[in-house]
Amino acid sequence: MIETAKKLLKNGDVNIVIGYSEGSQGRVRPFFARNEEEAENLVYDNRCTQNLAMYVSKKEISKYGKPAIVANIHTLRGIIRLAVENQIKDGDLIALHINDKDEMTVCSTLEEIETHLATVTPQISDEDKVMIEKLDAMSLTERRNFWEKEMENCIKCYACRQACPLCYCTQCTVEVNQPQWIPVEASIDGNLEWHIMRAMHLSGRCISCGQCGDACPVGIPIHLLPMKLSQEVKNIYGSISGMNRSEGCAMATYQPGDKENFIG
Amino acid sequence: MNTQIKILKSANYIKLLQKLFDHKKNIYGPVRQGKRIGYQKINSANELATDFIIPDMSAKSFVFPCIEKLFSFTKDKENVEIQNLNLDNIPEKIIVGIRPCDALGMKSLKAIFGRDPADSIFQTRLERTTFIGYACNQADDYCFCTSINGGPGNTEGSDILLTKTDSGDYIAEIITPKGESIVASAPELFEDGSGLDKQKYLADVPKRFDDSNLENKMKAAFDTNVFDEYAIRCIGCAACAYVCPTCACFDIQDRTKGSKGERIRTWDSCGLKLFTLHTSGHNPRETQGVRWRQRLMHKFSYMPERLEVRGCVGCGRCSRRCPVDMNIAESINIITDENII
Ligand code: SF4
Ligand code: SF4
Ligand code: SF4
Ligand code: SF4
Repeated sequence: MIETAKKLLKNGDVNIVIGYSEGSQGRVRPFFARNEEEAENLVYDNRCTQNLAMYVSKKEISKYGKPAIVANIHTLRGIIRLAVENQIKDGDLIALHINDKDEMTVCSTLEEIETHLATVTPQISDEDKVMIEKLDAMSLTERRNFWEKEMENCIKCYACRQACPLCYCTQCTVEVNQPQWIPVEASIDGNLEWHIMRAMHLSGRCISCGQCGDACPVGIPIHLLPMKLSQEVKNIYGSISGMNRSEGCAMATYQPGDKENFIG
Repeated sequence: MNTQIKILKSANYIKLLQKLFDHKKNIYGPVRQGKRIGYQKINSANELATDFIIPDMSAKSFVFPCIEKLFSFTKDKENVEIQNLNLDNIPEKIIVGIRPCDALGMKSLKAIFGRDPADSIFQTRLERTTFIGYACNQADDYCFCTSINGGPGNTEGSDILLTKTDSGDYIAEIITPKGESIVASAPELFEDGSGLDKQKYLADVPKRFDDSNLENKMKAAFDTNVFDEYAIRCIGCAACAYVCPTCACFDIQDRTKGSKGERIRTWDSCGLKLFTLHTSGHNPRETQGVRWRQRLMHKFSYMPERLEVRGCVGCGRCSRRCPVDMNIAESINIITDENII
């Protein structure tokens, strides 16, 4: 990977390589190599679970020019989803994907990423599976109580939003104040509204990377909401997000055959 | 007042809490909720978490809540009538299990909210809160209180500081009159402990950087690219500020319904893009690097200069909780490294 990154930088194929490096206390952290020397610091192993796709749209990174991005499955799916939503186009980036067997594939086109994704079955972690099953088994009241209890802890820092590759809006609904759609303060109602709004906006778009939950400083498993909604969208419309550009936008497309039993 | 040293047997500590419950005191302490350690109102000593390094959130919300009402207002045609908050309604609280860093953080908050004009709501909350701290007998690699004039047994900000000894009993330092009044509610539970030394029970927290002349080193770094370079991975999520015991940025909002409403104060952060965005669209702190610089400069240069206290107590929470491993001690280390400046 380091050699490929260096070559890409040297030949001017890319200007920056978005990847991981050793961090503090045994963690890895997002890392940005802008020259061959910096590329020496890149690492990749099973600690690299973070989705780096959200850096693609960040000004601080895009100012350097075309990126190559060290991509786990989450990141690849993030890239495809961003392409579906017209945030990235073919040729904007090169993805360096490394599989569990430590083999690297260099994807220069979105099609190559799609071809690769077609060979994998998207999975969520066992812990998340158990939690979603538990939530499914709850009655409506129990479920509401569960979320209210969790959301009591929410301090509305929006770390979940910032960490999400698909929360790229330059103005989020929570920041619109004329009219004020969502109460700004971290009150019970405000928190619930904020999270329902976010989950709805991500339904069928969320690529289930779990990053929002990981980012939450108070440990709310907030990723379960958009994840669950994406599962629902898959069940109803059959599309899984972040796999292929043909998947479209289930929740933003009307088709005459759509079930609409939840409206009116 | 001079600190008095007493012994509080572990069984007596439970009795003390029981007595305080009996007196209908509002007691809050660190409680384990799944993976989380959070401050919660408790009704029995059993609820308290025992084995933890530091609660996930700091204790700042007791004096500076995440959301608080400042006043209410009613509009009647052209007249607006303001109803001030009745400070008498702010309840007394006892917080047990606060760590020395969090207690020291109160000093920074006091300096910020005490600046003319002093914030009476904050001051009343602080006056009505008693802190029974726990000295740290364990620390992790993120803790750096000792690099910043604090320490695992620092008493500043606590009213009573309890240090757990090997037998499970506590060395109790009674630091303030508020602490004394707790002792006075059950004097029979405390035994004389003069001469006892808590030092050997404290966690070992190595120094992570040299803080001498830090203020000037920060200033010298202002125009260099160290901040941009360090913050290149920062995603501007503000988790760092929200978990910090001393960060005090806030936003003011009106919550209205018809002709009535209330003005509220909520936490905010200088790390957020929106914090400095002007209506014109111009943002004087355009990039995350500049926002990171503001965060550090404010804590280690502006606050010492204007308020004579630093805005960081080395609790390490921001680094622990940062989703992209921004480590404040490391960042300061880079800045204080002569070669870089
Ligand atoms: S799991 Fe969370 S961070 Fe990941 S795509 Fe879904 S909403 Fe975004
Ligand atoms: S990251 Fe956690 S605390 Fe912050 S807004 Fe999201 S759910 Fe709330
Ligand atoms: S927690 Fe980390 S990523 Fe989030 S604003 Fe703070 S330094 Fe940046
Ligand atoms: S800046 Fe970080 S280490 Fe310092 S007091 Fe705040 S949270 Fe703790």
